[in-house]
Amino acid sequence: MSDTSTITAHTPEDVSVSRLRKRLRALPITLYLGGTLISLFVFVVLVSFIWTPYPANKLNLANRMAPPGTPGFLLGTDRAGRDVITELMLGARNSLYVSVVSTVVAMFVGTLIGLSIAGSNKMLQRPLTRLVDTGLALPGILTAMVIAAKLGAGNTTATIAIIAWQIPVAARVTIGPARQILALDYVEAAYSYGRKKPYVIRHHVLPNISPLLIVLGSVMFAAAILIEAALAFLGVGVQPPTSSWGRFLNETQSLLEAAPYLMFFPGIAIVLTTLGFNLLGDGLRTALDPQQSRSGLA
Amino acid sequence: MTSLVEVTNMYFHYPRARIIAGEAAWTLEDISLSIQPKSTVGIVGESGSGKSTLVRVMCGLLRHQQGNVKFNGKDLSEFEGDGANDLRRENQIVFQNPRRSLDPRMTIRRSLSEPIRALHNRQPGDDEIIATIERVGLGREVLSRFPHQLSGGQLQRVGIARSLSVQPTILYADEPVSALDVSVQAQVLNLLMDLRDQLGLTLVMVSHDLGVVSRMCEEIVVMRHGRIAEAGRTDSVLARPDSNYTASLLKAARAASLERA
Ligand SMILES: Nc1ncnc2c1ncn2[C@@H]1O[C@H](COP(=O)(O)OP(=O)(O)OP(=O)(O)O)[C@@H](O)[C@H]1O
Ligand SMILES: [Mg+2]
Repeated sequence: MSDTSTITAHTPEDVSVSRLRKRLRALPITLYLGGTLISLFVFVVLVSFIWTPYPANKLNLANRMAPPGTPGFLLGTDRAGRDVITELMLGARNSLYVSVVSTVVAMFVGTLIGLSIAGSNKMLQRPLTRLVDTGLALPGILTAMVIAAKLGAGNTTATIAIIAWQIPVAARVTIGPARQILALDYVEAAYSYGRKKPYVIRHHVLPNISPLLIVLGSVMFAAAILIEAALAFLGVGVQPPTSSWGRFLNETQSLLEAAPYLMFFPGIAIVLTTLGFNLLGDGLRTALDPQQSRSGLA
Repeated sequence: MTSLVEVTNMYFHYPRARIIAGEAAWTLEDISLSIQPKSTVGIVGESGSGKSTLVRVMCGLLRHQQGNVKFNGKDLSEFEGDGANDLRRENQIVFQNPRRSLDPRMTIRRSLSEPIRALHNRQPGDDEIIATIERVGLGREVLSRFPHQLSGGQLQRVGIARSLSVQPTILYADEPVSALDVSVQAQVLNLLMDLRDQLGLTLVMVSHDLGVVSRMCEEIVVMRHGRIAEAGRTDSVLARPDSNYTASLLKAARAASLERA
């Protein structure tokens, strides 16, 4: 009797909770670290829509270049007396916007191009790959300058420049692995039971290069944040009064002597976000690999 | 009695291979052979002699450049377009390396249902899948697993189950056990023979084990440098080999089996 009671003590809920706990513990630490950083980043962006310590571009002329810790300005103010926390929150918004749009578009188009080239006729493959290589060789910043000359500086220019920069990267990175998978036995098996190339690419190649695409996507996200900041820093990207980490960083340049600590705030924001995306990508790749999370799937 | 597969004066080369190497570079040259319904044919020959290529041309996965290949009296070119699926349904292959011939990201259930989904345009029912997997001596518990969670022998059983799921007439087995542990090779070969008898299959088996071929196949095709060196009834070919090449293969096989003993 006592035996059965110990067995019934494990209700189905208990079992599923302990299984869930086990599954969570099996996930890689990088997933948690990256996930935390990126959640924080997204959270800050969301909050910025309903609340910032001060309204956007509120100049507190009495409190210009206030050091961190000044009452009312936890991280101080910049040269024009804008609250640093407010600036960082609004800058995060712009970084997220530009990097999401550019990465999604570039990943989609680039992967599509890469997969099409990998699946194309052998005679076409080499010239098409060279064409992608040519795109890869174009200096991205210069491209951005040219686009800016045509369209004028701004977020659209920055986004288009990043997309133009990243599409060849995404395409080039997918061609090789996709070709390798197309040469594998399970692809021949698929042809042998009547599958056609588009199906094979969609259902065999794509899932099997997904770990690569996840890492690529996170690296591209991180790069987009950096490029957006760089373009804003150079004055080609987003224009005042929109806040941006890159422009913030640019403005701290002239304050290297008066307020050297100021440059660390946008700098650290950029580094942490970039790091977060890289960690997240690495963690996701590990977590989604069926060979790694054996216990989680069984 | 009409042959199931009839190959006459067939030549094949891989794309570009011939352009580079000139006229003489056929991968398969002047191949003529016929396969009778419900017979078991062994294809032997040294590595690179064109066994795998021949199998792929016969079942229509590769397109030959000269000569004729007929299936059920119809030229393979007649199976283009809408008929392609008929050809695929009737001709199935078991691949050499089961670990590489199953998509690592598909569950066994998904892999097993693929041929029916592709060739019959429908999702196979649970009973059907379970019958398919049980026929090769595996339990339904493997269905939810991924390939890396099965042994090589189990995976080759899955490979066999997959190819039989669409009820082919002819099964091509391209060295079906050479990637497997010696201890399970006999089991998988026995399974193949049992299924052949049960289902009345025509079986074409590529092997470099003459012992296996002599036990399983009533007919044998000996390949060398892309040509047929010799073909005929297995017992007579092996008892009185016409070509020196077959004789040397036999000698090598005897030496190998002595070594093992
Ligand atoms: N995809 C390919 N493209 C070009 N040449 C190929 C290709 N596959 C095979 N070959 C060549 O065709 C010839 C015959 O190869 P095949 O694989 O049919 O030999 P095999 O008898 O099956 O050998 P093995 O016993 O090693 O499997 C070899 O010279 C090989 O190099
Ligand atoms: Mg072979």
